[in-house]
Amino acid sequence: MVKLNKLPKIYLAIVFLILYAPIFYLIYYSFNSGGGMSNFESFTLEHYAAVFEDKRLIIILINTVVVALLSALISTAIGVLGALAIMFTRNKSMRKAVLSLNNILIVSPDVIIGASFLILFTMIGIKLGFISVLISHIAFSIPIVVIMVLPKLQEMSPSLIDAAVDLGASKRDVLTRVIIPFIKPGIFAGFFLALTYSLDDFAVTFFVTGNGFSTLSVEIYSMARAGITLTINALSGLIFIITVALVIGYYAISRKTKSVLVGVRK
Amino acid sequence: MNNKLLRPIYSVPYASWLILFVIAPILLILYYSFFDITGNFTLDNYLNFFTSTYFTLTISSFWYAFLITFFSLLFSYPTAYFLTKTKHKQLWLLLIIIPSWINLLLKTYAFIGLFGLYGPINAFFEVIGIGQKQLLFTDFSFVFVSVYIFIPFMILPIFNALDKLNPTLIDAARDLGASHWTTFTKVIWPLTINGVKSGIQVVFIPALSLFMITRLIAGNKVITLGTAIEQQFLVTQNWGMGSTIAVFLILFMFIIMLLTNASERGTTINGKIK
Repeated sequence: MVKLNKLPKIYLAIVFLILYAPIFYLIYYSFNSGGGMSNFESFTLEHYAAVFEDKRLIIILINTVVVALLSALISTAIGVLGALAIMFTRNKSMRKAVLSLNNILIVSPDVIIGASFLILFTMIGIKLGFISVLISHIAFSIPIVVIMVLPKLQEMSPSLIDAAVDLGASKRDVLTRVIIPFIKPGIFAGFFLALTYSLDDFAVTFFVTGNGFSTLSVEIYSMARAGITLTINALSGLIFIITVALVIGYYAISRKTKSVLVGVRK
Repeated sequence: MNNKLLRPIYSVPYASWLILFVIAPILLILYYSFFDITGNFTLDNYLNFFTSTYFTLTISSFWYAFLITFFSLLFSYPTAYFLTKTKHKQLWLLLIIIPSWINLLLKTYAFIGLFGLYGPINAFFEVIGIGQKQLLFTDFSFVFVSVYIFIPFMILPIFNALDKLNPTLIDAARDLGASHWTTFTKVIWPLTINGVKSGIQVVFIPALSLFMITRLIAGNKVITLGTAIEQQFLVTQNWGMGSTIAVFLILFMFIIMLLTNASERGTTINGKIK
């Protein structure tokens, strides 16, 4: 194969530079004792301290994490069941129809999801706030979990189930001892993606959150509209570290489960 | 398989979700699009859509989405191509993906500083003699930031398509005397077109509906369909008109999906779209 010569390397370097520059720019100025994102005066940690002293911000942070964890857990459970349901639907056109319905929420623009959920919640009388945000996050995470789990299910040989049944396994055993362990990597991937979807969501939450409840994205939006505050920079520094840790953790887990799986197959 | 009996129990939560959160919301949007702000049944919203500023807004929204998709593709294709040629390509790909995990709002916020009058870009302009320029709140900054946000999502499907490409095909084309350009247009491009289509799909549809970036970066100079919907729902409280615009956005979404749906397998779901 053709080796990379200089020009492509420079091109890639520029792409990486542009991709990371804004993030490091934010973090760099989070240590600025001056008030803005220009003129670095001197090093300080006061903005980080400000994040931890701001009770409102801490509550919002906790809200965000709670919504993300809960919605990821619940959507993973429903999504796995959904993937199983699709898998065991014999009718091909029916399966196709359900899959396309499943994918609608993935490709739908956030504003559409947000606006339509706002109508839905108002119609059925759910108060806007924690519950409406949680339900929306569950709703838009489910199709992702399905998409992550389904390929694993399709990879599974049906003779595995037949063998288990022949050996006297009950339906419950088949599910918990054969199917679930096999599709575990897909479930993990689905859970992780649901988690990041929820943490990252702004537009949908913006529509369905009431006055009293806020998540980090919504809060950053209103702070950013008001202008530059270095508290956001400090926050972004923290979020960057957590994100990178999560990504590394995710890769470690997916590696591990894969090797376990290979071990089982042997 | 002996799972027939179990099926109904499995399906209940998922089926209820499909009905309540996929089918019902679309029907509700459609239903609301026939009501005016005071709650009377009317077709005026549709009439309004075609006759008033909404129509020009739709055109300009498409134009910006086109620009954003075009530039994303222009920068992503070579990036993806060069990435497949690097030594540790999976690691480099991961490094391309990591910025896309960072909260969208934060990345957008960064550009408020970067593009600001006293930001580093303007400082650089000053040094090379162009002088201070108003960058923030222009359509340039809007397109730039959007392209920045979308590039990883465009690179990923193209990278996957290029990675699957059998290199012997390129060697064969070269052996048969094809020039670099012919090899690209006749071999590489047609074989990776599905990746490109997936990329276009994950960029174009969200680009039509951005509203946060327009507010933070473009001031109120650029109004996309998404901005208009948000405006109608949350500011003017005219849910009918908002729903009508949403109906058209859904329609466009289906058309774009039909045009770009190359393969049946869910190859588009390579990363985060939102």
